[in-house]
Amino acid sequence: MTARVQRPLWGQIILLCLILLICVFPFYWMVTTSLKTHIVALQAPPAWIFEPTLQNYREALFEDGVLRTLINSLVIAVCTTMLAVILGVPAAFALARFEFRGKKDLWFWFITNRMVSPIVLALPFFLIARNLGMLDKHITLILIYLTFNLPIVIWIVTDQFRGIPYDLDEAARLEGASQFTIMTKICLPLAMPGVAVSSIFAFIFSWNELMFGLILTRSEAKTAPAMAVSFMEGYNLPYGKIMATSTLIVIPVLIFALLASKQLVRGLTMGAVK
Amino acid sequence: MRDKVSRRTIFAFIGPAVVALAAIGIVPLLYAGWTSLHFFNLTKLKKVKFIGLENYWDVLTDEVFWQAMGRTFFLLGTALPLQIGLGMVIALVLHQPGLTVLKTLARLSLVLPMATTYAVVGLLGQVMFNQKFGVVNQLMGGADINWIGDSTNAFAMIIFWDVWQWTPFVALVLLAGLTMVPDEVEEAARLETKSRWTVLRFVQLPFLLPGLVAVLILRTADTLKLFDMVFTLTRGGPGASTEFISLMIQRVGFRGFDQGLASAQAIILLIITIFLAQIYIRVFYKEV
Repeated sequence: MTARVQRPLWGQIILLCLILLICVFPFYWMVTTSLKTHIVALQAPPAWIFEPTLQNYREALFEDGVLRTLINSLVIAVCTTMLAVILGVPAAFALARFEFRGKKDLWFWFITNRMVSPIVLALPFFLIARNLGMLDKHITLILIYLTFNLPIVIWIVTDQFRGIPYDLDEAARLEGASQFTIMTKICLPLAMPGVAVSSIFAFIFSWNELMFGLILTRSEAKTAPAMAVSFMEGYNLPYGKIMATSTLIVIPVLIFALLASKQLVRGLTMGAVK
Repeated sequence: MRDKVSRRTIFAFIGPAVVALAAIGIVPLLYAGWTSLHFFNLTKLKKVKFIGLENYWDVLTDEVFWQAMGRTFFLLGTALPLQIGLGMVIALVLHQPGLTVLKTLARLSLVLPMATTYAVVGLLGQVMFNQKFGVVNQLMGGADINWIGDSTNAFAMIIFWDVWQWTPFVALVLLAGLTMVPDEVEEAARLETKSRWTVLRFVQLPFLLPGLVAVLILRTADTLKLFDMVFTLTRGGPGASTEFISLMIQRVGFRGFDQGLASAQAIILLIITIFLAQIYIRVFYKEV
């Protein structure tokens, strides 16, 4: 009897450890490579034991201007997230609470935005931004990131509003409250978890984005991922520095992702899986 | 019953979001439509002229476009079965009782790949798959495989990273499905049969189907969108061996400067996407 329980248990332990190892190893390699000097990083075969140094971080952050691109990324991601919440929450309230014609089409359109390849928008957006002199400006990226942030906020918060009993609204209406008061005073406090989770998503998506950053910025508003890519020129690539920049980019998103880990799947499927 | 709300109130709530999304989502598309009907090259802006549907004709008869499309669906066709197979195994392991601490750790570690910046995944690929000083060749017993410079190997490498990044997603979606199976149903089935396969096929699968369909459609959309990771890893090369549809349009528009042709390609891609999205909505969002 015990033998029958024991054997699959060992298999389970090995499989679980394998999952852990495979998921985490690339990050281990990224961090260790970022702590190698240029010479050690280009050693063949690669070294596993070496003297760590923070030189790559110092150089990347303060000499190559990675710090400024990180600040750019932060400013852009925070602003676009706030804007998405300000615009998205009332829209979500309307979708959850009001009946009106064309609601279905509107819904379809919001969701379709999640599926459209960014290159489809990048081409015309580049030309428009160029004509308006808006290339290399933070506001341009803040606005274009709304194309994926607004739908995700609307989706998650609508779902959250739907879960709030309608009786509460009714009671408030009898007291003479306006719809706006009902939303801000009654429903929104209860929907805060949804707002928080969708904000984390909007932040992660904006922070991670590369293509628009690459096409729409040059130097002033350059984002951190675009910066990391610009190290990739020439033959003698500064791998240590590239990995240091990568580490700086990835750490904040990983923290956010772990905070929202329970909801991450739901958000990525836009609620298709309950 | 819900009471009537005036149209003005509705517009006040939903109007700003609609106007914003229209301004950034639809106006550019209309502009892309206009561009696609013109000869529009960034290096010859004085020569912009209306050419009707010529760009569309060029795209539809362009072998390179359809090859990129075929490559994109080939990637989907190879990576997705791997993701579903491995994801299923992971979900079943996580669903087994016991080992709470280790299971929690494994589940948290699964969150990491899918949150990782796509561009960073590509950069990691460059470092780990380097022929001379990459750790992958070292772990393969000092192999001397040229991953990035060889078409077949480069494609395999892209599949590897796509599987690494998105298998956790599939696994967690399937795990959510498995936890939906009522305990007493699962236990009763286990008393009836010793075969895990039978339990999976007849008891658990019905609960997994919605998740599997969601995975299928979302992975399709994401593969059509795939750009960042491949751009930083191979830039579509060597040759055109890893040039997927979004990369190809980017190359034509921004490295070949032919905005007219690229816009026509983008519009055709958009039509394909909307067609797929229609199916998506039909399947999932009946309740709205």
